Order: sequence, then C-alpha cells, then structure tokens
Amino acid sequence: MNHSSATLSQEDLPGDFAIWIFIFAEMLAFGVLFVSYAFTRAQNIELFNASQLTLNRTSGAINTLVLITSSYFVVRGVEAIKRGLNQQCSHWLTGAFLLGGVFVGIKMVEFQDKFAADITMSTNNFYMFYLSLTFFHFMHVLMGMVILAVIIMKARHGGYSAHDYVGVETGASFWHMVDFLWIILFPLVYIIR
Amino acid sequence: MKYTSQAVAKPYFIAAIALFLGQILFGLIMGLQYVVGDFLFPAIPFNVARMVHTNLLIVWLLFGFMGASYYLIPEESETELYSPKLAILTFWIFLVAGAVTVLGYLLVPYASLAKWTGNDLLNTMGREFLEQPLPTKVGIVLVALSWLFNIVMTVLKGRKTAISLVLSLGMLGLAVFFLFSFYNPVNLVKDKFYWWWVVHLWVEGVWELILGAMLAFVLIKVTGVDREVIEKWLYVIITMTLVTGIIGTGHHYYWIGTPAYWQWWGSIFSALEPIPFFMMTVFAFNMVNKRRREHPNKAAVLWALGTSVMAFLGAGLWGFLHTLAPVNYYAHGTQLTAAHGHLAFYGAYALVVLTMISYAMPILRGRAANPERAQIMEMWSFWLMTIAMFFIALFLTGAGIVQIWLQRISVTPMSFMAVQDQISIFYWAREGAGLVFLLGLLLYIGSFFVKGKSHAFE
Repeated sequence: MNHSSATLSQEDLPGDFAIWIFIFAEMLAFGVLFVSYAFTRAQNIELFNASQLTLNRTSGAINTLVLITSSYFVVRGVEAIKRGLNQQCSHWLTGAFLLGGVFVGIKMVEFQDKFAADITMSTNNFYMFYLSLTFFHFMHVLMGMVILAVIIMKARHGGYSAHDYVGVETGASFWHMVDFLWIILFPLVYIIR
Repeated sequence: MKYTSQAVAKPYFIAAIALFLGQILFGLIMGLQYVVGDFLFPAIPFNVARMVHTNLLIVWLLFGFMGASYYLIPEESETELYSPKLAILTFWIFLVAGAVTVLGYLLVPYASLAKWTGNDLLNTMGREFLEQPLPTKVGIVLVALSWLFNIVMTVLKGRKTAISLVLSLGMLGLAVFFLFSFYNPVNLVKDKFYWWWVVHLWVEGVWELILGAMLAFVLIKVTGVDREVIEKWLYVIITMTLVTGIIGTGHHYYWIGTPAYWQWWGSIFSALEPIPFFMMTVFAFNMVNKRRREHPNKAAVLWALGTSVMAFLGAGLWGFLHTLAPVNYYAHGTQLTAAHGHLAFYGAYALVVLTMISYAMPILRGRAANPERAQIMEMWSFWLMTIAMFFIALFLTGAGIVQIWLQRISVTPMSFMAVQDQISIFYWAREGAGLVFLLGLLLYIGSFFVKGKSHAFE
C-alpha cells in the first residue's frame, strides 16, 4: 500500500512520476501551439511559404543533429549510472550539457538575424508562430541545461548509485522531451510546405 | 495549539469574518441597485457600494491569509512566531487603516478624498480595485512587509518545509506585485498593462501559491497522509499554476492596444490554467480517500474538499468559458465576467480561508474540534453559501449570455441600458440567491456560539 515513489517509478515510468505530469502538460501546451500553427497556416499558405523561405534551414538542421546527439549522450549517462558509475555518468551528461550550449548559441545567431532584419512577432502570423515556438522551446533548452547541471554536480560527488538513480532518469526524461519537441518543431516550421 | 504564539491568528480570523459580513451586505445593496437604480441614492451610490464590496473582499481575504500564516507557520517551522507583538501591532494598524479607508469611501466624495490624501503627489487612485488613497496603499505595503518579515524570520529559525517555502514565495509575490499599484502611466494602454500585474498576477498567480500551501497544510492535518506525498503534489500544482498563469496574463491583453500576438499567447496559456485547479481537486479527494485517521473536525474536511471543487468550477471552468480570444471578443466585460469573478473568488479564496478558520479556530479555542451540533450548523452554512453562490454565478451567466446576444451578436444590436432592462429578471434572481448566501453566512457566524460537548485533543 505504501509504495515509495522510487519503487513505483521503476515499475512503470522512468524517473519521478511528477516529471511525467509536467511532460504531459508541456506536450499539451506545445501540441495546442502546433495545431494552432497548422490551422493558421491553412488560411495563409502563401504568406507562410514565403516567410518560411527566410529561415535558415541549415542551422535548423545542425541544431536537430546537435539535440539528437545530446539525447544519445543522456542515454549513455543513464546507462552508466545504472551500473553505479557516477563519474562516467557525469561525463556523458556534461557532453549533453555542452551540446545544449551549442544549440543555444546557434539559435541566438538565428534570432539575431531576424531581429537585425526588423522581424518581430507583429510582422506577420508566421513570424509570430516562429518566434513564439522557438522562443518557448529555447527557454526549455535552458531549463533542461539547468537540470542537467544540477544532476552533473550531484553525480560528481557520487550522489547516485546503481540502486538510486531516479534523479538522473527524471532529468533525462525532461531532456528527451526537449529534444522530441524540437524534432516536431523543426520540420513543421522550417520545412513542411 | 502547539505554540502559544499561534494565538495571534485569532483576532485576524475574527476580523476577516466581520469584514466578510460587511462585504456581503454591500453586495446585497448593489445587487438591488442593479434593478432599483436609486436605492439608497445619494447616500450610497452604486460606484461607492461597488468599491466597498470589492475592497472589503480583498481586505478580509488578506486578513484571512495573514491569520492563516501566523497559525500554520509556527507549526510547520516547529518554533514560536518570531514576533507575536509585531503581528498584533500589524493587525491593529491594518484594521484601523482599513476601517478609516472604508469610512472615507462612504463619507467623503471620492474626488475630495483624493485631494486630501495627496493624490496630486503621486497619482494612483481612480482605478478599479486600486481605489485606495495613497496613505492606505503605503500602509498595505508596510503591513505586507511586516507580515512577510515575521513569517520569513520564523521560517529561518525553524524547520523548513515545502509548505512554508511555497507560502513565503506567495507572500513575497503578493508584496512585490502590489508595488505596481504605484505605477500609473499616462498612457492608458500601459496603465492597464501593468494594472493587471497587480490584479491578475495576484489572483491567478501568487495567491494560488498561498491557497495551495494552506490547503496542503489542512490536508496533512486532517488526513494524516505522508507529508512527502502532499508536498510533491503541492510542487507540481504550483509549478503548473505559474507556467500557465504568468503568460496567461495575456488573456487580459486582447483588446487594450497591446500587440496581436497576445491573442495567441493569452488564449493558449490561459486555456491551460484550469489544469492546476483540476489537479487540486484530484489531489484533495485522493488525500481524503487515503486518509489514515478520522479527524474529529468533519467540517474542516468538507470546507477543504469544497475549496478544491469550487475553485475548479469558478476559476477553472468559468474562466475557460470566456478566455479564448475569439469568444472573449464577444464576452469581454459582460455579466459572464461577473459570474466568473464571483464563483472564482468564493471557490478559491473565500473557501480556503474558511477552511483554514474551520480547522484552526476550534484549536485556538482549546479543543480539537467543535461540538457535533456546531459542526452540523457549520456544514449547513457551507452548503447554503456554496449553493447560493453557484446560483449567483448561474444567474449572472444567464444574464451574460443574453447580454452578449442582444448587445453584440444580434443583427439589430440594442444599447447597453436597454439590454440591462431586458435582463433584470436575472438580477432579481441573483439578489434572491444573495439573500440565501447571507442566511448561510449568518448561520456560519452563529455556529461559533453553539455550546455542547466538544472534542478534546487526542
């Protein structure tokens, strides 16, 4: 009757159950944004297609690879901690953290380009969605990096073990969500026409 | 009670209930003025009655929050309150300042009040809900800071719990966002933009933290469920509240001259605002179902469950009704807003304060729970007030829908005052429900005076 959250989580979902409530809520919020984008686009296809061409697909594609690679690093980090290897875990997660930094850097250059061209959320509906979606996602990457940093610090001090790694899985789940959202966002906003 | 300094909560609770009664009386006066326009004119014009009705609401809820935190923080922190004397001093300052302000509203023309209280020095008056004269506003800041100081000092010297952290954060936010009431730019768009930082970020932001902390505290006490479980729920709920509520401010920015993207941001994020309220309902019922003890104070459990349901209905559902920009285009500022305002304030904030009073007051009076007969009376008052308020909301919703139709959708739209005549039947019905509400409140007050064999402490 009195399950601790640790035993519960290992039976069904990785990480703390609470993070999954967040993840579902986040997915819902982004889901509504994606659907709103699709409906608005359907009414202004020409405008959306024309504005879409001004986006930098190369940097978007690079960022996609960066995030997918970072997610792979996170997977390796979780694998390491399941064998009780705190140092290895922290190394893999540091790699993921740095890739997060690369994403943030590339994204800031992209934002800078748009702002230099006097593009704002009031320019048109496409840019409103582009800037909102990528900005919200950007903030999630930063949040994910903060979470990774906390886990890295704890792992460095040997804070996890082969029996107690719920914290690592919790952070990893959040990071995968951030990656997953980008995998939808990138084709939706940058490519599909 | 465990700590003698918790006793400072008692005068706060008594003042809260007294001001609550005042609020309801003024509500009934203006409810009647909706249909009998010159009732009590010129002694109490509608705008003055409205100002007193809404200001008393805010003040009695603040008294309730303060009393509740002076009660629960020593218990959470496992130490005496940092300064009970300061808490009592703050109480009297707040009560006298509040009474003088209300008398000022009632006895002096508003323009003269503004002139006498230095509104020329710093122009802050004349805005809905922020009508207070400058000295009162400064007083509110001082009272909030004294409260925050006392609570934080107590937390710092004692045990730190999630509940006291969330409560302190809520109080800090309350104090900080009130500062925007001093900012009154000439540009009307900017004025409204920041006005919502007080109004919206209070009730759909930081106040919800205070609400969550108070509800969690009572649930721990009456159910005996592990603190760990309840605190995790609390964290999830308040995070969702802030994520949806902060950007959700955008649902006030649709038509006031702010950029159009607010229609998207506001619609999407505020549409998610019911989620934390729904989680709160699930949370409260779950905890009560998993209870490990039968607390003798059945009334407190009822108030707590009632809070979680009515907050979801009033704030969550009734808010959602008109939060999407395309709907709000028609519904903005109609009686639908009034329906939401009534049910949300009652469901979320009035009820959580009454929950806290219901739980703490018997203990402050030296017993675990009130006598059976007093509790039954209290539960009757819960049902009377809650059902009456639900009907007030239903009647106002009806009034709002007809108003939207006649005034804004119909091919031959009618003028505002002509529509008001058409919907007067709803206003009469609302006034009737208001009288039932008053009856419930009187019963509630009466329940404090019922004698009988009370439950001793275990």
